[in-house]
Amino acid sequence: MTPSKPSDPILVLGVGMTPVGEHWEKSLRHLALDAIQLARADAGGLRPQALYVANMLSPALGGQSQLGALIADFAGLRGIEAVTVEAAGASGGMAVRQAYLALASGMIDVALVVGVEKVTDKSSSALADAMASAGDADHEAIHGATAAAQAALLMRRYLHETGAPAEALAGFAVTAHANAVGNPNAMFRKAIKREAYQRASMVCDPVGVFDAAPVADGAAALVLARASALPVAGEHRPVQILGSAAATSTLALHDRPQLLRLESAAEAVQRAYQQAAMRPEQMDLFELHDIFSIYAALQLEAAGFAEAGCGWKLAHDGAISLEGEIPILTFGGSKARGDTAGATGVYQLAELTLQLQERAATGQVRGAQTGLALCLGGSAATAAAHILGTAG
Amino acid sequence: MDPANLLMKPQRAVGICGYGAYIPRYRLPASEVARIWTDGAGGLPVKEKAVAGLDEDVITMSIEAARNALLRAGIDPHLIRAVWVGSESHPYAVKPTSTIVAEAIGATPHTQAADWEFACKAGTEAMQAAIGLVGSGMGAYALAIGMDTAQGRPGDALEYTAAAGGAAFLLGPAQNALAVFEGSYSHATDTPDFWRRANEKYPSHGGRFTGEPAYFEHITAAATRLMKYLGTTPDDYRYAIFHQPNAKFPERVAQMLGFESRQFETGLLSPAIGNVYAGSALAGLTAVLDEAQPGDRILLVSYGSGAGSDAFSLSVTPQISGRAQRAPTTGDYIRRRTEIDYATYARYREKLTLK
Repeated sequence: MTPSKPSDPILVLGVGMTPVGEHWEKSLRHLALDAIQLARADAGGLRPQALYVANMLSPALGGQSQLGALIADFAGLRGIEAVTVEAAGASGGMAVRQAYLALASGMIDVALVVGVEKVTDKSSSALADAMASAGDADHEAIHGATAAAQAALLMRRYLHETGAPAEALAGFAVTAHANAVGNPNAMFRKAIKREAYQRASMVCDPVGVFDAAPVADGAAALVLARASALPVAGEHRPVQILGSAAATSTLALHDRPQLLRLESAAEAVQRAYQQAAMRPEQMDLFELHDIFSIYAALQLEAAGFAEAGCGWKLAHDGAISLEGEIPILTFGGSKARGDTAGATGVYQLAELTLQLQERAATGQVRGAQTGLALCLGGSAATAAAHILGTAG
Repeated sequence: MDPANLLMKPQRAVGICGYGAYIPRYRLPASEVARIWTDGAGGLPVKEKAVAGLDEDVITMSIEAARNALLRAGIDPHLIRAVWVGSESHPYAVKPTSTIVAEAIGATPHTQAADWEFACKAGTEAMQAAIGLVGSGMGAYALAIGMDTAQGRPGDALEYTAAAGGAAFLLGPAQNALAVFEGSYSHATDTPDFWRRANEKYPSHGGRFTGEPAYFEHITAAATRLMKYLGTTPDDYRYAIFHQPNAKFPERVAQMLGFESRQFETGLLSPAIGNVYAGSALAGLTAVLDEAQPGDRILLVSYGSGAGSDAFSLSVTPQISGRAQRAPTTGDYIRRRTEIDYATYARYREKLTLK
């Protein structure tokens, strides 16, 4: 099935992000409000008819569900339709997907997407427990399979099958940290050396501290609209959603037909390329989901930038740097900007938008006109892919 | 400098007339805790911690520290008008530690006695109040003690450091003092970083929340304000002592405030004895007083979870000469050391369920 392009392009008109970090003083609703206010101001004050909240952990860590209604009201949008979209770490991309579908249907003119997580009101073990719910509760989590444990299984097998050196994935952390230096919203803004990666202590062998992204508080928001609904041209270059797709795979790793192939990611990206009528070589940058470094390598393979078993080489050879063939993690990614669980996918698209609008400052990918964003739920049981391009 | 009059200065000048530490002899290496809980993996926040023996508690330890303070002060205990013990491990929930201590040192019956509580700053609270009692003229001398036999939950990060020890300070008129208080300042907010309900054996804590919004926020606020109101800077101090829950936090806060290691290393005991909670900053002060010279200025800043900091600026007088040798020094207590293993520690600290 070839998805039909909407005749009325869907545009990203405004972006807003809070810094990612330990926001001891801010609650979930205040973080969301901050991001929404920034995004709506960036979009020239457009009022949305629908709100899509991307969040995974609020019920477990904050005792709060029904974030759609809560945030709509708190943001001064009481009455509009609102809902939370949850697909673990892919919630962000999936919330944008729902907004896209609503806009493309013609029934909504302006949509607001906000990804928000507040994880610092509970202990780190409560967080690990909540993150583990992205896996199969009955067959993985109950046996102690945390997100880090799943990543460790994949990384161990990947290094074994590819014969890659132990520090094969170091380049992902080095690139992430280097790119975060120029991002005022990043949690960690110091560059790291390869030697630091090699000396790192283990989180879950072979996953070391530099293979694992920190999960912290933050919110990112996007204002999306159908081109025909715009009253006036915005201040910034409009960015268009050229491709929007999602796919699923098995929850449990042991049910995967091929352990080292992210089937959902490959499928989602393929559908997005088809919709946009584009190929991997045409992507100027790729905001992938580096919740663990192994997933970065596997996403490069799934998205067609490397052959199976060769994703690590792009990190090793520097192809993923800002000046390389396929820049990734241009604002620091989950490793250095910080991961915000269900909100990460919205951060990715906000950052991708800024790149295409040439608003990325020292982290600017020169001449960026088209980019791919991909976020994963758990061990890629869900994948949401979007292709953005400059419009007009 | 102080338009709102936030610096705390008494009507009459007050100083420290005697001081004394007590640290139990038993030491549990942090590597032993790691051996049991993490197969030896992970970093160690201190080298080892002091552990109270089977026949010790905050009462016995406070009495010995108080006796050391009296030996150094050389005054008649009947002149003591308040005996105040701050701890988070008072042996009784109801029955004051301080009356037993007061009786043991000969200060009863004409004395105020009370137990103080505010996590790790219970001892400096007693000190602040003692400055008030003496400075107002209500009493010639007051004894302020910070002492703890802290309990760590087995397997918790704090088990590496929760330790036993503390110090006693006899406060009196400045003209009889070996160190005079120039001023003090207290800073408190409702910050629930670490707590224990009455029916719980072990405390709970907020993980990383105990760092920046708790320890660092309150110590820097108190130290910065005290120095501002007094018109002093870090360069004016020969010594700086901070609450010491581990080795890293006090070093980091000292550097944040602009102090160098030659200023804070004498008063930094936690690597050798662990976190002695209400006795922590005060034990550090005794180590400093053991070597301080006339004219030296000392900054003391405690921290108690819940949360708050008491900050004091002290100036050492010529009367300090010869005082250290009148009683066991803090270094003597640190050097008096019997290493124990985790099993012995579990027995001594009543972590084995016997029924």
